[in-house]
Amino acid sequence: MGKTLYDKLWESHLVETRDDGTALIYIDRQLLHEVTSPQAFEGLRLAGRQPWRISANIAVPDHNVSTKASERAQGLAGVKDQVSRIQLQTLDDNCAEYQIPEIPLNDERQGIVHVMGPEQGATLPGMTIVCGDSHTSTHGAMAALAHGIGTSDVEHALATGCLIQRKMKNFRVSVDGELSFGVTGKDIALAVVGAIGTAGGTGFAIEFTGSAIRALSMEGRMTLCNMAIEAGARVGLVGFDDKTLSYVAQTPFAPGESHWDQAEIYWRTLHSDADAVFDREIRLDAATIQPQVTWGTSPEMVTAVSGRVPKLEEMATDTARQGLERALFYMGLEPGMSITDIKPDVIFIGSCTNSRIEDMRAAAAVLKGKRIAANISQALVVPGSGLVKKQAEAEGLDQIFKDAGMEWREPGCSMCLAMNADKLEPGQRCASTSNRNFEGRQGFGGRTHLVSPAMAAAAAVAGHFIDVRDLVEVGL
Amino acid sequence: MKAFKRLEGLVAPMDRANVDTDLIIPKQFLKSIRRTGFGPNLFDELRYLDEGQPDADCSGRPLNAEFPLNFPRYQGASILLARENFGCGSSREHAPWALDGAGFRAIIAPSFADIFRANCFKNGLLPIALDAERVDQLFAQMYETEGFSLTVDLEKQLIETPKGETIAFETDDFGRNCLLKGLDDIGITLQSEAVIRDFERKHQTRFPWVFETLEV
Repeated sequence: MGKTLYDKLWESHLVETRDDGTALIYIDRQLLHEVTSPQAFEGLRLAGRQPWRISANIAVPDHNVSTKASERAQGLAGVKDQVSRIQLQTLDDNCAEYQIPEIPLNDERQGIVHVMGPEQGATLPGMTIVCGDSHTSTHGAMAALAHGIGTSDVEHALATGCLIQRKMKNFRVSVDGELSFGVTGKDIALAVVGAIGTAGGTGFAIEFTGSAIRALSMEGRMTLCNMAIEAGARVGLVGFDDKTLSYVAQTPFAPGESHWDQAEIYWRTLHSDADAVFDREIRLDAATIQPQVTWGTSPEMVTAVSGRVPKLEEMATDTARQGLERALFYMGLEPGMSITDIKPDVIFIGSCTNSRIEDMRAAAAVLKGKRIAANISQALVVPGSGLVKKQAEAEGLDQIFKDAGMEWREPGCSMCLAMNADKLEPGQRCASTSNRNFEGRQGFGGRTHLVSPAMAAAAAVAGHFIDVRDLVEVGL
Repeated sequence: MKAFKRLEGLVAPMDRANVDTDLIIPKQFLKSIRRTGFGPNLFDELRYLDEGQPDADCSGRPLNAEFPLNFPRYQGASILLARENFGCGSSREHAPWALDGAGFRAIIAPSFADIFRANCFKNGLLPIALDAERVDQLFAQMYETEGFSLTVDLEKQLIETPKGETIAFETDDFGRNCLLKGLDDIGITLQSEAVIRDFERKHQTRFPWVFETLEV
């Protein structure tokens, strides 16, 4: 019987299996950031342990950082919130103490950990990659076994170079055909979450296959794998191909010349065998996927932009009806209303889901020569890393955003989870390119609608959700 | 880690599906560099009427009188009864830390998100998955009976109801063993240190590029 990509990655990192059904899995790379690592380092310290392999790790501050240029110019001193500043300082101190490589706050390579990793080649095909952040699934786009962990496991990976795991089941999501203009990896991701639900992938590693996935750029694949966790799957995967190779080849930490050929030979094996068996499969037709908009407080509460908010009587169970009622109350929406009648107050383009150069370009293409609507009180564009920012500026994209009336910020997680000052006010409604529309996620009482960068830009211009294809000419 | 063997405790409800870890402990509290102190901020946005601030005293904050966990009858509860996909979303271990800090030792639900469940086992908190129908019955009994308590016996993997009924549940062997003995799993892994070293040597021969130093 053939093996899935997940099976291959699992087996190549399997240190030992135990009678109780658990296994020890070797970890090639751990990404660290300021929020979920302090207690792990403290644990090491209390137990008198040292990191197993220092160079398995790389750290970067991202969640708490200010995205305002004036504050960033002052370094850590510019972080006004003292609790945040201490946390950021603690990351620096821990990395210094344990000699862990850290990309510091104002280095141009600094950025959201899941943007920086692939961009630097710190995360490579075939690796096992962990991070104390559920969106670590992003790195599966490079045919790597990557998943989020809690802080105890951050400490475990630091101390032992391994994690105690159980093998997941295999889930294949095939998307064949051609995506129509204006439809992106984000829309596939949201459509998948809508199809299987936020718990549909629990216990599974999801591999995305099919011609529509092959056609996606590496950035698009990262967006897709990033959101595997929103379908409950810790792991998202895309098989290795020439696009992966070209992407990796231009990264600074790509294998050196002496190892490159050996690496490429191995990487070429990183795909599921033709006769591999999956525990679960679904198929989507790319041509039927429309731009998606979430209307509720869970990513599975999603529909096409041409759709409408569900009605209570359409719910099958009491729990679902109560969930819908609660979501609509929180979101301030009427049952049955058209998605295009929903008017955001705030636009957020950024996050580990959608802050890469392709995302910046997609938003700018819609915004070029246009202004944001009068009802939009704030529009933030937050590039995922200093390098994305630099590239966007070289292409003049920052000017397009500024001319449209948007704010062009410094890299960080920003309003995706609002740990810094970028947050929604109670009742404010946001068209957001991030990944979670949970209650309070973007700020206490804030309301989130998840969309692609092009759809966020279209909503900014129109002042309400609109099919981006109605706003810009096909082929733009 | 605290050992978990047998628990007799008052049951409190979190009667909604897909409770995410943002709801369990909102992001502003993740700025802390400690493992403790999250209890007063468990379900902060539901529990209080105002917006919570990290490191602030919660005793004078306006409570949401409609939130069940604020009802007098549920004070002192150590078992949380919940709905499917409990703990979805963010990997923040602050979620089990907050539950633990608020006095909870076990959560009963039809299903749990993967990362949350793993995090529970590392913090002496027992996630118990029962079928949805059984959870429905427990909700009904709990709402009917003030002071509704359950006894959880992890060794026997049994829940006893006040009427003397027993409900079997399953946990994975490794997690159960760690909880029963209060074991630190890093210590367990390091017992295999030689095996890991040996694997690492072979791994490095096969994938030498993985071991290239990151010079930042």
